[in-house]
Amino acid sequence: MENITVKINGVELEVPKGTTVLEAAHKAGFEIPTLCYMKEINEIGACRICVTEVNEGRGFRLVAGCVYPCSNNMEILTSSPKVIESRKRTLELILSTHDRKCLSCVRSGNCELQKLAKDYGVEDATVYDGVNETYEIDNSAAHMYRDNNKCILCRRCVAVCSKTQGIGVIGANERGFKTYIGSAFDMGLGETSCVSCGQCIAVCPVGALSEKDYTKEVMAAIADPEKTVLVQTAPAVRAGLAECFGNPIGTNAEGKMVAALRRLGFDKVFDTDFAADLTIMEEANEFIERVQNGGKLPLITSCSPGWVKFCEHYFPDMTENLSSCKSPQQMFGATAKTYYAEKMGIDPKNIVMVSIMPCTAKKFEIGRDDQSAAGVPDVDYALTTRELGRMIEHAGILFNSLPEEKFDDPLGISTGAGVIFGATGGVMEAALRTAVHTLTGQTVTDLPEVRGTDGIKEATYKVGDLDVKVCVASGLANAREVLEKVQRGEADYQFIEIMACPGGCVNGGGQPQVPMGIRNFVDIRAERAKVLYNLDKSMPLRQSHDNPAIKKVYEEFFEKPGSHKAHEVLHTSYVKRKVNEI
Amino acid sequence: MNSAKSTVPFKGTPEQEKELLKVIEEKKNDKGALMPILQKAQEIYGYLPIEVQAIISDNTGIPLEKIYGVVTFYAQFSLYPKGEYTISVCLGTACYVKGSGDIYNKLQEKLGIGGGECTPDGKFSLDACRCIGACGLAPVLTVNEDVYGRLTVDDVDKIIAKYA
Repeated sequence: MENITVKINGVELEVPKGTTVLEAAHKAGFEIPTLCYMKEINEIGACRICVTEVNEGRGFRLVAGCVYPCSNNMEILTSSPKVIESRKRTLELILSTHDRKCLSCVRSGNCELQKLAKDYGVEDATVYDGVNETYEIDNSAAHMYRDNNKCILCRRCVAVCSKTQGIGVIGANERGFKTYIGSAFDMGLGETSCVSCGQCIAVCPVGALSEKDYTKEVMAAIADPEKTVLVQTAPAVRAGLAECFGNPIGTNAEGKMVAALRRLGFDKVFDTDFAADLTIMEEANEFIERVQNGGKLPLITSCSPGWVKFCEHYFPDMTENLSSCKSPQQMFGATAKTYYAEKMGIDPKNIVMVSIMPCTAKKFEIGRDDQSAAGVPDVDYALTTRELGRMIEHAGILFNSLPEEKFDDPLGISTGAGVIFGATGGVMEAALRTAVHTLTGQTVTDLPEVRGTDGIKEATYKVGDLDVKVCVASGLANAREVLEKVQRGEADYQFIEIMACPGGCVNGGGQPQVPMGIRNFVDIRAERAKVLYNLDKSMPLRQSHDNPAIKKVYEEFFEKPGSHKAHEVLHTSYVKRKVNEI
Repeated sequence: MNSAKSTVPFKGTPEQEKELLKVIEEKKNDKGALMPILQKAQEIYGYLPIEVQAIISDNTGIPLEKIYGVVTFYAQFSLYPKGEYTISVCLGTACYVKGSGDIYNKLQEKLGIGGGECTPDGKFSLDACRCIGACGLAPVLTVNEDVYGRLTVDDVDKIIAKYA
């Protein structure tokens, strides 16, 4: 590709033609602030916070650095007085319609707008105060709320919903000063075909979008002496939690997370990875049964509740393809309130099952039908990684100085196959490890074909005399592409893994928010996934069927995968929904 | 935010739906098909309620919210039908300085609807309009073809009563 030369704040630099001013500046070591810009997803140049002075031979002028392409011999000034003045003015205007309740805002401390206001010395946020619209908070969805009084109309949530996820249940309504982000006909989000993935929350720069917080309820349960409060942690939480405490992206927080949960007062600290191993036993068995008995293929994984709801709304004809396995979160709760309750002699009604998830759709999932094996909900509270971070902070636990501790037995015992569930391709890899072993007696571990952050991955594996064609998709726009291919008869996969969030749970909607200025240049999906694959590699047992606690739970309770008892406790059913319920 | 979902009961006919589906079929693969489809749909039904927008969404794959966003962006589209009696209040300069804004507000309050909307019984719809060339009579409003001038807020009740 042709290269051109630019001069940024006096630093000369060669960049490929087509490079934007923002990218060139970043390469030269200068940060240009952004609010609306998301690489490849929301390149709309709307918020004007990225304005930068450029001279293309006709004198300096302000352009939107995030989208303006460099030209040969362009001079760029990223922080001239004119630039700073313009950005400050823009901030004052944004703040004039922003509900500035920063003191108690859930995003205080990691709000992108708050940081910019400080960086640019906005001392008086009221300069342009005037008439303002006020909005009711939308609390209709199970997993989140929208407070448009704090919305700055950057449209990142809109872009991620329609482009990354291919859903588009939110968008800009009305025009001019009356513009707001909402759903069609002002329906509450809970009335739409929103799948609860929470990617909108993960990209929101301010406190307009957040999960529904249940930390107070959980702390109250812990304080109740009548209750046995159990906690389970999803694989991806350990790959994200440390970020809440200033650690770099890609820090493994497993040991400290366990220590923190114990200090918060949970009676037992268990691991969803155990249930991931259990899921594999059931799902691998279901796969083999469907292949051998002419069952519905392709089999599609059902661990991701955002994906499951997407399937119900957008591909209702394919719900029979979904594995009937509950997700690991639900399998865990169901096992805890049946097997573990029985073993320990606890009334399941007195067990409060809390899960820590990288996910917001899990909040929706716990309220679904057919998710209460013991006659009470399998899981009582599903908290996000962010909520756990806040609980630890409120409790005054010095996370970074905690010792590394181990999960409790027996529901804290897991294998490498369980831990990789948190990354795209991980469920497929774990299932294949066990399916191959069941069918051929051979042991396979690393399957690089299904790893990595590509949105769609395909592979064919020879298992005995069987050619198993698999596909792995993450991000629901990618899932749609794969399923449409299957519907058109252009793909004959036997097994498909789908995760709603791009890159899988490590990049889930409940994970710590990373400022877009970093996300645009660092692949957080890959960095966090490394934590899980490194853990897998370091574990003595890497096959779900080798997990001694799993062997025991089958011996003592479920008999064998796919048994009547297993179906009662560990499997579920789906409903067919419409896209537009009017 | 008032939910725009509940309004005058939808009275679309199978013939209208057939006509709309034909338009969608013709245009749906064109780039930028949504605007012409919406314009045709409004020609067919007179307005674009949720039932009509949902037909368009279901048959084009365009999310309902995106359609609603476009409909609420452009003044040419209406979410509400025209009533049996269309009340237009002139908000042109002369009428406005003579207090037509207050009359417009009073009508909204009295009818329980906002500008551009229609009462649930389908009787009255209310619009603001630009100068109708009767500045000498300011402030002015029209009900269908009837013109009322030199109004005060107190005249509103009488005018509505005439048509109710």
